[in-house]
Amino acid sequence: MRKLLRYMKGFGKECVLGPLFKLLEATFELLVPLVVANIVDKGIANGDTSYIIKMCLVMVLLGVVGLASSVTAQYFSARAAVGFASRLRHAVMQRTLRLGYGEIDRLGTSTLVTRMTSDINQIQNGVNLTLRLLLRSPFVVFGAMVMAFTIDTQAALVFAGVIPVLCIVVFGIMLITMPMYKRVQQRLDSVTGNARQNLSGVRVLRAFNMEKSQIQGFDDSATALTASQMSAGWVSGLLNPLTFVIVNLAVIVLIRVGAVKVDGGVLTQGLVIALYNYMSQILVELIKMANLIINITKAVACGNRVEALLEVRPGQKNGEKTDAIQGGVSFENVAAGYPGAAAHSLEGVSFTAKPGQTVGIIGGTGSGKTTLVNLIPRFYDTQEGTVTIDGTDVKELDQETLRASIGVVPQKAVLFHGTIRENLRWGKEDATDEELWDALDVAQAREVVKGKEGELDAPVEQGGTNFSGGQKQRLTIARALVRKPRILILDDSASALDYATDARLRMAIRNMKNPPTTFIVSQRSSAVRYADEILVLDDGKLVGKGTHEELLQSCPVYREIVRSQFPEEVKDNG
Amino acid sequence: MAKKTQPGTLSKVLLRVKRYWAAMIGSIALSAVYVAMSLYIPILVGDAIDCIVEAGHVDFTKMGEYLLKVAICAGTAGLSQWVMNVLNNHVTYRVTQDLRQEAFRHIQDLPLSYLDTHPQGDLVSRMVADVDTFADGLLMGFTQFFTGALTILGTLFIMLTIRWQIALVVLCITPVSLLVARFISKRTYSMFRLQSRTRGEQTALIDETVGELKVVQAFGHENASLAEFDEVNDRLEKCSLQAIFFSSLVNPATRFVNALVYACVGLVGALSAIGGAITPGVLTIFLSYANQYTKPFNEISGVVTELQNALACAARVFELIEEKPQTADPADPKVPETVEGAMEISHVDFSYVPEKPLIRDFNLSVKPGERVAIVGPTGCGKTTMINLLMRFYDPQQGTITLDGMNTREMTRGDLRRCVGMVLQDTWLMSGTIRDNIAMGKPDATLEEIQEAAKKAHADSFIRRMPQGYDTQVGEGGGSLSQGQKQLLCIARVMLCLPPMLILDEATSSIDTRTEMKVQNAFQTMMDGRTSFIVAHRLSTIQNADVILVMRDGQIVEQGTHQELLAKRGFYEQLYQSQFAH
Repeated sequence: MRKLLRYMKGFGKECVLGPLFKLLEATFELLVPLVVANIVDKGIANGDTSYIIKMCLVMVLLGVVGLASSVTAQYFSARAAVGFASRLRHAVMQRTLRLGYGEIDRLGTSTLVTRMTSDINQIQNGVNLTLRLLLRSPFVVFGAMVMAFTIDTQAALVFAGVIPVLCIVVFGIMLITMPMYKRVQQRLDSVTGNARQNLSGVRVLRAFNMEKSQIQGFDDSATALTASQMSAGWVSGLLNPLTFVIVNLAVIVLIRVGAVKVDGGVLTQGLVIALYNYMSQILVELIKMANLIINITKAVACGNRVEALLEVRPGQKNGEKTDAIQGGVSFENVAAGYPGAAAHSLEGVSFTAKPGQTVGIIGGTGSGKTTLVNLIPRFYDTQEGTVTIDGTDVKELDQETLRASIGVVPQKAVLFHGTIRENLRWGKEDATDEELWDALDVAQAREVVKGKEGELDAPVEQGGTNFSGGQKQRLTIARALVRKPRILILDDSASALDYATDARLRMAIRNMKNPPTTFIVSQRSSAVRYADEILVLDDGKLVGKGTHEELLQSCPVYREIVRSQFPEEVKDNG
Repeated sequence: MAKKTQPGTLSKVLLRVKRYWAAMIGSIALSAVYVAMSLYIPILVGDAIDCIVEAGHVDFTKMGEYLLKVAICAGTAGLSQWVMNVLNNHVTYRVTQDLRQEAFRHIQDLPLSYLDTHPQGDLVSRMVADVDTFADGLLMGFTQFFTGALTILGTLFIMLTIRWQIALVVLCITPVSLLVARFISKRTYSMFRLQSRTRGEQTALIDETVGELKVVQAFGHENASLAEFDEVNDRLEKCSLQAIFFSSLVNPATRFVNALVYACVGLVGALSAIGGAITPGVLTIFLSYANQYTKPFNEISGVVTELQNALACAARVFELIEEKPQTADPADPKVPETVEGAMEISHVDFSYVPEKPLIRDFNLSVKPGERVAIVGPTGCGKTTMINLLMRFYDPQQGTITLDGMNTREMTRGDLRRCVGMVLQDTWLMSGTIRDNIAMGKPDATLEEIQEAAKKAHADSFIRRMPQGYDTQVGEGGGSLSQGQKQLLCIARVMLCLPPMLILDEATSSIDTRTEMKVQNAFQTMMDGRTSFIVAHRLSTIQNADVILVMRDGQIVEQGTHQELLAKRGFYEQLYQSQFAH
């Protein structure tokens, strides 16, 4: 939690002024009893009506000043709390956006979402209350103790004794409940996860009549959440009653001690009353503080979660080279795998592609095709061997430079909420309409856009739900082309296109001016057969490398793939 | 609008709290005990202090009795307050759990047209963040409202018994405090709603960006996404600041009114003391009670602000809960017994948006066991057909019957149980591989699951995973490839073997060698089962009984492969384009 405080920087003024004005208000409040004493001692005793009226006006004035300083305090603390939360959210988002693919796989989406929303809301709440109350309560508690010492040292020892006990209770409960609140947030994660999953998989879940078991699952996680909230509540609910009992026991001791002193002629009855009043003041403050403590405990638990996220260091170190990329790609004896997986999903892969060449990658499901292309933009790092671009190890290249010259079309076609234009401009922020239409032409997506009302300004729903699978794929291809990449990766991204469109797409990419080095991952041999080089993967190993004709001769796996799609052809050749 | 929603929301909340009336009564009773004890203690302490007169005149035995009573009272008060806290927690968290469950259940009944057009993140935010804020407000309300109200009544009673004239002064000024609180809270309600709405918007953005983080990174879009996020974040900061600041004015404002009360009591009291009506001692007692009396007003006004926020959030949850559900299943549904699989689609009109008709006067008759292939260029409406067959959407006009039974007269569950579906858009739930395959048949044994996985040719790669069938797959399938996910989706259907099948590009991500083997398994499975197959690779559907060629939401051609080729029409064009390399 402590490391989060640096996001408070810039709100120093607010953090000082907020509590300060709060103390000012408390001080004015403490003055009121003195005014009352004057009314009794001077006004009533002398029967001075005008003095009484004057003193009552002073009280009203104190109220006005108190109001002004407390409004100021509220403003500053609200500003600091809200500003802090807002910066923190920004920092967490920034951090999240730079997580590596491996970290994303490990953390999962739900917890990232709760940390950025619910957790930070709790922190904002905690900070706001802290600024308003945290200084005030100890001020009053210790102030009361100091006042007690001025009256009688021995009686004041009761205060000195009870305050540590109260501290132990307060901090003890805080320490016990902190992990409990952490568990509450964890269970909230799983409630969020259940809710998200139910929405993202709604079609499949309904098709399989899973509504009931989904409800069951959600109920389970909601019940678990309630249980953890309840057990945290059992303990934190002790705070107020315990302090109440302790303070009242202290009052009993205090009066007994006082009685002995009065009996011995050391103290007067009035002073015992004063001591009692100070003890009562402590109680009132502690009651206010109890609510604060619970909020702070929650905020700290949430703060630690957010801090943990901010401390996830990317597994990759960014390189420094920012040279323009031509598009030559070379793999040398590369092995790679997903973290936590038992075996490498790719092993011993070597090949070289010159700028502008087309490389086809074909192989069975799970043979490592996607793993291979994910290494080029350095989404993952190799475990063995090197990937070089224009002769430079990708680990030495600046990530932004590297990724800016690569266009990736992932397997899953994803569009974002906004307009078509906004989605296409992902590739290049300042792209002109002409550039967009050029890219759309190559991607065979002109008719998709023409068919929508508003064309480039047509709205896109979240996840692109208002487009069909094939339409989405063509738009994602266009999006990758807008930036005129030097390297283009089509990761099985034409699977929802019919053959004719797919063929036209490949032709159009070939005919581009200064075509990019293109990697085509596909299941279809027709999609890769005209590639300059075809890589055949089988179970993570490179089992064939060459042109279509060469591979038909030399590579049994390739022959089998082609036979499965075009039985006549292989017979002729074989 | 704010004014209208508020009382409505409140009564809806109360309706849901009502279920826990026993705990509520317990909580109120205990808070009464607590308040009585905490008001009685000062009197006891006063009595004890009266036993200490001066040196040599201290009645230790009597004082001891009073102090013992103080201890008992404090103990009772502490205990009842703790139990009260526990009860309040119980009610609050149960109510919020109920609310979440109600929202979740309702989502299961919402039509897909609603879910397809509303950002997932916003719905999640309503179910999680909004309900959370609501819980905070509700808990604070329970804990402080009753004790506050009872303390006010208690002190008022004591003041009235001491000197009713001065008590009347207090009574006359208190409404001012309430008015101020109301004035402020009325204005803050709309601010809290704006805050809550902006939060929802932000959550939707976060959900989308974080959910597709890999794409964001692939495009180096991090900075642009961050800028977009910052725009909403700044707006949220502004409206949060407004809501929080203005709502926090309630406390100082009522405190100021209290200061006025205090001054007035001082004035009236002091003047009557000059007249000799009361002693200075009574005035002191009075002032301290006036102070005690006004404090709960602060608390209650604080509660009012929190409740504003809570109600604003609750209103968003209720909005979701009250969203119109899909047409209910018939009360007396027809139950298909042995499903033959005859489908009859007659005169169906359908569109997603009323302005843009998509399917018009669609007719199709499928005999039991027939294989129907649907082909056509991208975006021609193939997926819409599936939406209608599965009743994800209902047509605006026309009927769809299964074995002569209108599908609308069956429950959706019964209809969908008859159909096994594999979609192009593979989706796995977080859980083990085993759970994912057993989705349609939760009680399946491991042997059955393995059998199905073998048929789908998924067994070998599953075995190679770290924990085999018990390997956890994360949200969205984690590091599995699209093809592997698709094989798991196929295994799902292989396991439950329903009488009808819908295969929407079911093998699009699978390599052709595996596909050939899977196709063989499909062929066996399709024997005697009515099947609908959407495919691009025309080679996979050549032996379908009927091929529907669709274009722009219409069937343009219909027939067997041979018949369609002979027609030399649109199908022939499509077919040629695939084989003309």
